[in-house]
Amino acid sequence: MAGTQYRGSEIKDVDQFLKSDGLESKREKEIGQHIGYRYDVNLVPDYDRITPFLSKYMEIMGWDDLNWLEDVHMGYEEGHPAVFDRNINGWVRVPDAIELPDNQQDRDMIARELLIKFQMSPNHPLVQLRKAYMKF
Amino acid sequence: MEGVSPDLEYGKKQEARARELGMMSEQLKGRSMETFFEPAEDENYTYAFAKDVDFNKRTEVDADGMTTTEVNRSIRELMDEGYGTIVIKNPRGMHSLGVGILNRLNLIIDGSTGYFSTGLIDGPNVRINGRVGWSCGENMMAGTVMIEKNAGSTFGAAIRGGDLVCKGHVGSRTGIDQKGGTIIVGGDTGALTGFMMQRGRMIICGNAGKNLGDSMYDGTIFIGGEIRSLGVDAIEAELTDLDRSWLNRKLRQYGLLPEKGVDHFTKIIAGKQLWNYDNLEPNEKKLIL
Repeated sequence: MAGTQYRGSEIKDVDQFLKSDGLESKREKEIGQHIGYRYDVNLVPDYDRITPFLSKYMEIMGWDDLNWLEDVHMGYEEGHPAVFDRNINGWVRVPDAIELPDNQQDRDMIARELLIKFQMSPNHPLVQLRKAYMKF
Repeated sequence: MEGVSPDLEYGKKQEARARELGMMSEQLKGRSMETFFEPAEDENYTYAFAKDVDFNKRTEVDADGMTTTEVNRSIRELMDEGYGTIVIKNPRGMHSLGVGILNRLNLIIDGSTGYFSTGLIDGPNVRINGRVGWSCGENMMAGTVMIEKNAGSTFGAAIRGGDLVCKGHVGSRTGIDQKGGTIIVGGDTGALTGFMMQRGRMIICGNAGKNLGDSMYDGTIFIGGEIRSLGVDAIEAELTDLDRSWLNRKLRQYGLLPEKGVDHFTKIIAGKQLWNYDNLEPNEKKLIL
């Protein structure tokens, strides 16, 4: 119903969506779905934690900061750590071999690295989409 | 009459073509899709289809007497030749200048532009040495755009990523439907700034008009001046040390850091009282209707 207040539950723990389904509020339990993002979209990056790979990426692009990657965070999809790729409108799962740090800032840096490697790969679905549908 | 319609024929051809390319062969599960990617493969920093340009290779285009299409096409042709710094002279308030550039590039527009400048870009660094019309940086994906003077309304409409900076004042509905990225305004902004904002960040160094952050779902607005009025569901939040550090860095980067620092900035976020999207929503609507 329009105007109804369906607030989601707070994110209190970095592993909240790994340890459980993350359904806490009455409404979330009722519908079986977490309301809102599975990470804090408003968290700004801590540049003290930037990785050498990301520094190199910034240098190549001619940027003084992470630019669009400031919006990239590690999220959680179906109980697995993942990063959302806007170019395919889908989640890219973080490989199990990657050990997750104990804080969201470092996890976000891993997510940014992984997303760059995926998006810039010749195997990215966007490359195939361009071949199929490119107009100019 | 026998045979299939041209539309159906075309659709079948497109489907066959997509299958040949290996698409549509995966079993989709929920919103997730299996991908075939090896994180250890060679490190690339630009799209596989990006043009290889050199920032030190510079050229100029005199737009006088050219159409917008001709100027935009010449930018692409120059990138094909490896030019990484392109200066557009005499833009004469052209609309849609510099749109759809999906490459690393330094683009300098020496003058003022019209509507929809540098929309849909993904990567370039643009400097506009003048004013811009409505909807500058609309649907921008990545890169930086810096405007030296004032901008019109709907500045950064539906922006998804990157930094969009106006050193002067901007009109109303700045960042309407913002979905990511950072919008920075050195001066004042008009009414309904941040209307229906969904995520991303906005920094306003001056004052804001009526209904700031009206109906915002998420995202953050930092404002250094006075707020005429807050919109529905926009509330004030506490400025954290991380916010201060990020604001300092960002504003210094573009030469907009106030002498008194950033401690006086007010942080506005969504109260999230309007959140009403979930699985049951369509069924409930059916019951009511």
